[in-house]
Amino acid sequence: MNNSASTENAKGSSTGAPRSLSIAMLGSGGSGVMTAGQLLLDAAGQAGWYGMMTRSSGPQIRGGEAAALLRLSPQPVETHKGRFDILLAIDWLNADRFVGEIILDSDSIVIGDVGGQVPEAISDMGGRYVELPLGELAKGIKGGRPNMVALGALAQLINLPVDALEKVLTRSLSKKGEAAIEASMTGVRAGIEQASAIPDIPEFRIEANSQVERWSITGNEAAGLGAIRGGVRFVAAYPITPGTEILEWLAPNLKKVGGVLVQAEDELASINQLIGGSFGGTPSLTATSGPGLALMIESIGLAVASETPVVVVDVMRGGPSTGIPTKSEQSDLNIALYGLHGDAPHIVVAPMSIGDCLFTTQWATHLAETLQTASIVLSDQSLGQTRALIDRPADIAFVSGGRKITSKAEDFRRYVVNESGVSPMSIPGTPGCQYTADGLEHSPTGTPSSRAEDHIQQLNKRKRKLDQFDYGDHWAKIEGEGEMAVLTWGSSTGPVSEAIDMLAAEGHKVRLISMRLLSPTQPERLAAALAGVQRTLVVEQCHGAQFYHYLRAHYDLPCKLRSMAVPGPLMIRPDDVYSELKAWENS
Amino acid sequence: METANPCPSLKPNEYKSGTKPVWCPGCGDYSVLLAITKAMSEMNLEPENVALVSGIGCSSRLPAYLNVYGFHAVHGRALPVATGLKVSRPDLTVLAAGGDGDGFSIGGNHFMHACRRNVDMTYIVMDNQVYGMTKGQASPTTDPDWDKSKLTPGGTKINPYYPLVIALASGANFIARASSTDPNGAAKVLVDAIRHPGFSFVHMLSPCVTFRPEQKDWKKMVRSAPVEPTKDPAIAAKRLMTDDNFFLGTLYKGDRPAYQPELKTTVEHLSELEQGFVL
Repeated sequence: MNNSASTENAKGSSTGAPRSLSIAMLGSGGSGVMTAGQLLLDAAGQAGWYGMMTRSSGPQIRGGEAAALLRLSPQPVETHKGRFDILLAIDWLNADRFVGEIILDSDSIVIGDVGGQVPEAISDMGGRYVELPLGELAKGIKGGRPNMVALGALAQLINLPVDALEKVLTRSLSKKGEAAIEASMTGVRAGIEQASAIPDIPEFRIEANSQVERWSITGNEAAGLGAIRGGVRFVAAYPITPGTEILEWLAPNLKKVGGVLVQAEDELASINQLIGGSFGGTPSLTATSGPGLALMIESIGLAVASETPVVVVDVMRGGPSTGIPTKSEQSDLNIALYGLHGDAPHIVVAPMSIGDCLFTTQWATHLAETLQTASIVLSDQSLGQTRALIDRPADIAFVSGGRKITSKAEDFRRYVVNESGVSPMSIPGTPGCQYTADGLEHSPTGTPSSRAEDHIQQLNKRKRKLDQFDYGDHWAKIEGEGEMAVLTWGSSTGPVSEAIDMLAAEGHKVRLISMRLLSPTQPERLAAALAGVQRTLVVEQCHGAQFYHYLRAHYDLPCKLRSMAVPGPLMIRPDDVYSELKAWENS
Repeated sequence: METANPCPSLKPNEYKSGTKPVWCPGCGDYSVLLAITKAMSEMNLEPENVALVSGIGCSSRLPAYLNVYGFHAVHGRALPVATGLKVSRPDLTVLAAGGDGDGFSIGGNHFMHACRRNVDMTYIVMDNQVYGMTKGQASPTTDPDWDKSKLTPGGTKINPYYPLVIALASGANFIARASSTDPNGAAKVLVDAIRHPGFSFVHMLSPCVTFRPEQKDWKKMVRSAPVEPTKDPAIAAKRLMTDDNFFLGTLYKGDRPAYQPELKTTVEHLSELEQGFVL
């Protein structure tokens, strides 16, 4: 450990953040950086490491510049650092687009193809430049490609066992046949050989801490699995970036469990198909992004009024309007909370990590089914489209049911007013319990009514069933002690958590409160979580400080508050939160 | 498809819920309600195995007046609700109903795609060429020179929409017209429509006596189409393009199979879905 990179690693551990390696691969669209990046990530998982990979690209369908951003570590990681140890470019076309996203310093290594022109914006950041004949070597191999040579070079630099690489490569190319596998492995070996010849390379080694079974999964895939675990068997889909992968994962997998996905003509249709599916007794879900959520809002109100369970996963992107479809932002909080017309209590929850997309989607389904209402899940692009190496998420079984009835009941009244607020819901096919579900205000039997008494009774019922439910410890993640706290939610949790770890390593205690349940509000629980706190920093990736204003509106906050509201498209980095907390602590 | 009912069939009246309709006296929709109950009785349908979905408008109030499962959804979205229900519950007999504004204006896109998707259901559009619930505005089927609405002084000056032609072009598997002025004939058409697999579209003339009193004359204008149903879309196209909007009967009966994905579990345990994630 006598070189710069391991010094950085050592520095990493002394500040409490996970020891890790950050690698960026750049190339024009079609150059295969995403393929190589994913192989590298999966091989790292095979070797027992943790890690994550974010795909960064523009709105181009193909072409343009693309970057695979990886972070590997012996411990689970939930955020990027921003600074990269290694940048490898297969070519430099439009590479300046990533300035701001990829930060280098004098300890970084920059690798390019022979004869390539490193853009000034990149070289100005410092870092040692190394040329490797990626293209030329690939040309010498039948069916060879520069991305595989690059993959080999990176594997060598980080001391990734070659057998792990061979295993994932063989599996990923099994359908393409022996020749393709051999061509790729030849390229990989050429890359290994080249990289091992680079003089004075720092040792970027990280040790695996276990050999347990590792999953490679994106937040969108995790949400899909969470939906199926939660019992969802009907999905209506309209494609939208960055939510589409949830639907694409669900289409073949729902089929295996006796469910079905229908591609709808638009989001107005998809939300209403869910309402139909759910009315028929089948737990139903869709996934979308901001523009799609905006279109669905009227009918989410119908689900609330008619007490028909539905789940909508909003994978948020930069807004407003078409905004920045391929980049993340937490700016749909307001529409999810307040977009519905009328007084329409419903569930809003948010996953706080890639793996948590599974649990939170499953929980949202359970809540919708149990409370006969609409659940909105606020995921975002950075969770949804980032691939992570995680431990297998635990099986959690909820007892849902939502008082669905399938056999004849005496004196059945669909919207009967009772203590829990959850009334029996008969499933079509049940004799003697026919009713008409309605978006019109109604009497306990479901008959349309504009009487003041019916309105107040049904308003109270729909609110009461959500307010009285015990959400348990799932409502938030609370960690640490201290009189300073950070309140955050969703994908901002990763960088906040790492910033707090950095401060902890310096002996500063900061409490983390990340809220998974955003609606209905939990003022008593938050008050308890904030007991003894003097100062609270509110962190969110949103220009309008929507979370901060939401907290101010609904909670008693007897402490000093400061807002750190940063819009996309760049992710909030642990360093940014660390600096903000540090500055406030010292002020 | 109706299911065998071991009990003696219910009388048409027994399919009614007893809730008093909001419709104006003389509204055509009363007779449509009657025709639907006659068709259900004729088919011996069990009320609990039937679902009727509607949108918003005078005619969309229909589900509450029947003793079947009903869904009174938001404006224009009856067809998506019905689609989700039928695809996930193919055992049910699913009907959708509404007016010309609900089905052809705000819900126009769903109409086209429901025809194309061809899910086994029957869609009844009660056409009175006016928005009644909002007190008399022009709809997509209103003539361009109808000038009685404050919203479009001097008329819309826009040609009306031909729902049967659109239905055929979009792929509906069954196209018919019926009239509330002949509830028995309408019931017959509805039985035919419900029995036919795939998406069946019934254009139901149903006068609005309040905002279009001249439609009382429709009684004298409707007549049976002097043709047999065809399964040839080319013949049907010519028939529908030259139609004067008052021919009644089944005009097209296609033979496209209905869209119904198979709902069959092929894995023993959910953990089999996780294999793709394991490294």
